[in-house]
Formats: sequence, C-alpha cells, structure tokens
Amino acid sequence: MGFFDKLKKKVTTQTDSVTEKFKEGLTKTRNSFVGQMNELFAQYRNVDEEFFEELEDILISADTGVSTVMELIDELKHEAKLRNIKQSKELAPVISEKLAEKLDKTGEDTSLNIQQNDMTVILFVGVNGVGKTTTIGKMAHSFKQEGKKVVMAAGDTFRAGAIEQLDVWGERVGVDVVKQQAGSDPAAVMYDAIHSARSKKADVLLCDTAGRLQNKVNLMKELEKVKRVISREIPNAPHEVLLVLDATTGQNAMNQAKTFQEATDVSGIALTKLDGTAKGGIVLAVRNELDIPVKLVGLGEGVDDMQPFDAEHFVYGLFKELVEENSENENR
Amino acid sequence: MAFEGLAERLQATFDKMKGRGKVSEADVKEMMREVRLALLEADVNFKVVKKFVNDVKERAVGQEVMKSLTPGQQVIKVVNEELTALMGGEQTKIATAQKSPTVVMMAGLQGAGKTTTVAKIANHLRKHNNRKPLLAAADIYRPAAIDQLETLGKQLNMPVYSLGDQASPVDIAKGAVEQAKEEHCDYVLIDTAGRLHIDENLMGELQEVKQAVQPDEILLVVDAMTGQDAVNVAESFNEQLGITGAVLTKLDGDTRGGAALSVRQVTGVPIKFAGVGEKIDELDEFHPERMASRILGMGDVLSLIEKAQTNVDDERAKELEKKMRSAEMTFDDFLEQLEQVRNMGPLDDLLQMMPGANKKAMKNIQVDESQIGRVEAIVRSMTKHEKDNPSVMNASRKRRIAKGSGTTIQDVNRLLKQFEDMKKMMKQMTSGQKGKKKGKGGFQLPFM
Repeated sequence: MGFFDKLKKKVTTQTDSVTEKFKEGLTKTRNSFVGQMNELFAQYRNVDEEFFEELEDILISADTGVSTVMELIDELKHEAKLRNIKQSKELAPVISEKLAEKLDKTGEDTSLNIQQNDMTVILFVGVNGVGKTTTIGKMAHSFKQEGKKVVMAAGDTFRAGAIEQLDVWGERVGVDVVKQQAGSDPAAVMYDAIHSARSKKADVLLCDTAGRLQNKVNLMKELEKVKRVISREIPNAPHEVLLVLDATTGQNAMNQAKTFQEATDVSGIALTKLDGTAKGGIVLAVRNELDIPVKLVGLGEGVDDMQPFDAEHFVYGLFKELVEENSENENR
Repeated sequence: MAFEGLAERLQATFDKMKGRGKVSEADVKEMMREVRLALLEADVNFKVVKKFVNDVKERAVGQEVMKSLTPGQQVIKVVNEELTALMGGEQTKIATAQKSPTVVMMAGLQGAGKTTTVAKIANHLRKHNNRKPLLAAADIYRPAAIDQLETLGKQLNMPVYSLGDQASPVDIAKGAVEQAKEEHCDYVLIDTAGRLHIDENLMGELQEVKQAVQPDEILLVVDAMTGQDAVNVAESFNEQLGITGAVLTKLDGDTRGGAALSVRQVTGVPIKFAGVGEKIDELDEFHPERMASRILGMGDVLSLIEKAQTNVDDERAKELEKKMRSAEMTFDDFLEQLEQVRNMGPLDDLLQMMPGANKKAMKNIQVDESQIGRVEAIVRSMTKHEKDNPSVMNASRKRRIAKGSGTTIQDVNRLLKQFEDMKKMMKQMTSGQKGKKKGKGGFQLPFM
C-alpha cells in the first residue's frame, strides 16, 4: 500500500468533523499549493534538475525556508535515485511522505500536557499581533465544552484595550478573568491569578501575556520573570508554554521560536491564521531545526476553529486532491 | 543567531571580491546566487527575487569598475540603486485633500497593527504637520478594538468617533467625516477590522466604506515579518480596494523586512510610514533610499541626524557643548544631556542607526533602559554641592547616595569614574581638535 493510501485510510477512519475542519480551513492553502504542484507535475514530466528547481520555488513560496528546502530537495533527489523514480508524478507521494515525516517525528505525542489531578497552567507567549488573546479565548471555550472549569489571567497589561479584549472573551465564553489595572506588573497578575484560580478550584488556568518582539531583551526578561513566578507558586507549572505563531510570518518565525524558547522553554506552537492563503511552511523549518512540535492550529475565525494539530491531517489537507487521485492510481 | 542579516550576508559575498579590477560575468553570477539566497531568507517573494536578480545581473556585467570602488563595491552600488528603485525611489508623504477633511482609511490582515498605526499617524500629523485629526473606530468585530482606540485617543488627547460595535462600519465612517467637518478636524483616520484578503464579505464591506466616504488615502498595513504571502495579500487588497500606500509595522524587530520589497513591487504604491516601536511616537516616515542602504549595511545616518534635529533643543545643545568644551560639566548638565538623548527614542534604536553599528559585535548590545534610570537615580540622590563638585565625594557620601538611589556603592563608584573619564576625554578633545565636534552636542555618554 502506498503512502497516500495509508494516509487516506488513517485520516478517514478518524472522526469526520476534525477532518472536515482541516479540509475546510486549508482550502485556500491547498488550492494554491496543489495548484502549483499539479502544474509542476504537468509541466515537468521527468524528474530532472529543472523539476527540482521549480519544486524548490514552490516550497520556498510556502515560507519553508531556504535551508529546510535545500535539505528536503537533497533527500528527495536521493530517494528518487534509490527508488529509481523517473516520472515526476511518481514522486508526489514521496514528497508528501517526506513533508509529513518532517512535521511529525515518529509518532510523538503532540497533545497538550493536561494534569489529571491538579490545575493545568498554560502560558501563551509570542510577538505582537499573532493572536494570543484570541487563541486563549478559543481554548477557554473548548476546555469549557469538555466540562472543565477555566480561569483566564489578563497578563497583557501593556497594550491598550488588551484587558478589555480578554474580558469580552470571558463574558462570551462564560469564564472568569483575573485582571489588574493596565500598566501593572504582569508577574503580579499571574500571582493573583494562580491563587484566585486555586480558590475557585479551576482545572485550567490560561495566562495571556503582552506581545513582544523577541529582540527586546528587557521585555524577554519580563517574560522570564512571569514564568518564574508561576513556577514558584506551582512546581512543574506552567505545564505548557505555547508560542503563538502567525502562519503568514516568514523566516523571522525561526528567530521568534529560538529566542522565546531560550527565555521561556517553549513546549509547543500554536499556529494561527492558517485559513488564509499562507501555507505556514515555516513550521516545517521550526520543527526541523528547533524540534518544537506544533500542538494547535487556528483554521478559522469561529470560536471552535482552534484544533489540535495532527500532521497527517495537515498533510492530507494540503494534498487532498493528490491523495484521492493517487490512491486510486495506487489501487489500480 | 542563526541567520545573518541581509546586510552581513551581502557584505560577506562582496568581501570575497575585493581587489579585482573588473566585474566579470562569473563574479556576478556567484554574487547573485548569494544575493538570491539572502533575499529569499529575508522573505522577499521568490518571483520578485528572480526579477531583481536578473535586472541586477544585466546591469552589473561588464561594468567598468569606477576608480574609487572595488568590484564588490561596484556591485553593491548597482544592487543598492536597484533596491532603491524597487522600493520606490523617493519618500512619499501622506496625502492631503484639497478640501478638508482628508479621509484616510486603513486596511490589512488581523494583527498587522492597524489600530496602533492609526494612533501613531494621528500623533505624527499633529506633531510634524500641525494637523487636527479625528480617529474613527470602525473595527466592530474584534473584541475591545474600540476600547483600544479610545484608550489611545485619551492618551493622545484626541477625539475618537465611535458608535459602538452594533453600528455598521459604513455609518461609522460617514458619521466620523460629518463630525470632522463640524469640529474642523482636517484629518479623519478610519480604523477598520483586520480581515483576510480572501474573505469576500469583509472585503465587500471595505469597498462599501470606500464608496461612502471616498478616502483620499487607503493605507495597507503590513507586518514587516510577513513571509512569501505578502505578495498575495498586497495584490488582492490592491485589486479590490485600490490602495494608495502602505505602512510597514514592527520594523523594530530583527526581521529583515523583505515584505517591503514584495509589497512595493506587486502594488506599485509607495510605503509611507514605518512602525519602529511600541510607543506612540515610534513611527517614521519611510525613506526607501535609506532602507536600501540600511539593508546594505551602510547605517542609517540620515535618520539619525533627523532624529537628533527634531528632538534636541538647539540652544541648550550649544550651551552644553560650550560647557563640555571647557570641561566644566557638572552632574546637572549630565542629567540634562541624558534627558535629551532619551527624548530621541530608545537608545538601542539610536545605536542601530549609527554607521558601523550593524556589525556582529553590536548585535548583542542592548541598552538596558533601566540602567539609565539607575544612573539618573544616582545623580538625583546627590546634593547640589556634590553635583557641582564631584571631588568632595567620600565614603559616607557614597554610602548615602547608594542608599538613596537604591543602588550599591560599586554602582556609584562606577558612575563617578565614568564621569571623570568623560571629562578627561573632553579635555583632550577640546585641546586637540577644536570645532570638529560641532553640532553633535548630545552624544558623549559614558555608556555609549
């Protein structure tokens, strides 16, 4: 059974609603990506230098990053030789196989680290405007759906209107928000929030922070302090530090991941705004070079469009048409 | 850091070429490979890169190397010229309507920084052009977006027009223009909700707002960190709205900002402003030629000079300079100097703009602003007598100052030593090269 077949089988046996979300959210991404791929296969029937050059352009246009692309192309060239692939079409499953491999390192668990008998603290970090507060709102909603008691901490005390924004989410979702005045110390907010959440017997505490560019040393220090305060109050917490990345971000995402990882020991990535035409190829590079798993993806503006990341779904979402077409071919 | 900046990357390539007399085709080919990779890593769209590289190749091959330049420099020159041309040549100012008020509408993806930019532009218009802007809160979708603009309006002490989040953006825009006319505001800045360029409904809404108020300027706000998709975003906003300019935000990050090139190339509209910090006055007019030379590592000397000019009070600067020359400077003068430099904006910004600052060594130097606060606290804890005569300082005085400023005696000693060194340096300077330092009054600080 070919890779596409396996992928299809695996994905379709899982719950349809999730598959649907991925399919729908990735429509635009897929259309342009698969469109380009199909064109490539149509234009270059043979696997040769020109074919690889064109493929390189397509991958780069998805923000995959120069070094990751070069690596990928090298591996593909090697595979092509090894499996004696001459027709470009035959390489299609190999390409998606390699992509999936890079996104999902051998069946690693990318689910969130949720505490069974204690409060789970999740800290959200990232640069300005990536969608931290919105992600928290959506997460609060989904935890609440699961019947968990959720508290949110308004740790963005800097940006005008940020506290109000989280407040609105709190009302919308029906979740308590712990807040202080604008301009107050975010670490103090966290301290408050932890104690307040404890006394409310919350299951999950979601901590918002102000967006900051990763090259601002002082602001990164502030973030370190926020994390330190959380760890001091609850050993092992925060149980997750999620770096929120905007899917439209280019190569700077690498710098972001690296610096935020140094400061706060990021445990996973939440990739937002993937419902545009952006392909979020940068997560490949981040996964590949820094080994931070993607744990959540934002596939739309709806409150339940934040989904756990699943590499197979993601690749299936990207290659849907190719998968269907090819698995037919493979079966023939 | 994993990536070198575009400037360094190019610089490294060009350094290889040093000492040759003519630009050969092979040279150019090798260099252009590096240029291509560097531009791709800087997030310039791959199509734009292709075209750019071809253009430069054509121009560079066979060029006589000018006498004063090395082949590498010669190619830098061509690359620089082409980059500048690509980015639009000259700086373009924000439009002014013949009949007030001038209506400016913002557009862009979620999280690009539209609301912040509205406030920054308003502040810029008032500070530099003496205008009276009205802000219009037409982002009715994102929770608390209206609150955000109202808070910013309050900070700026500027009127904000809002109808809450139940009114339609069209009505809000219309109402804002009406109110601007009544209150004789000469600019209306309309904040809009972030939207995906492929969201037909929301794009339609922007078209309706455009229809209703006929903006004189439609600015696309673009995050400088945007990747390859910047081209698609810019293209479709332009197609559907007919944008007249762009604003590049978050340029104070360590992104290489290739999106600037892409946006400019596919839309042909000028980039008018650049957001360079979180504070409300951290907005610069966009200078394409400076951006190009900054990319190429020549330092942004021009911006620095301009910054110094608007913020340093000329008279005071002269007086200070005089004092410095005669090495009579006291701690009071020192404090004042500190303030003036501070007024110019964050120090690391200033440092980055200095030519030669783009070196690896400078990369990790971050001026800790709180450190300056500490220096300030120390000086403020001195008595008048101590400030005027630092020589009276003894152990017990130092202990008191350290206590008063919440620092340690070591901190106090360090500052005193630096201050003395500085005075010594000035003495040497004034006896040696008089006149050379003119007009640079504010730059001699111990921690720079």
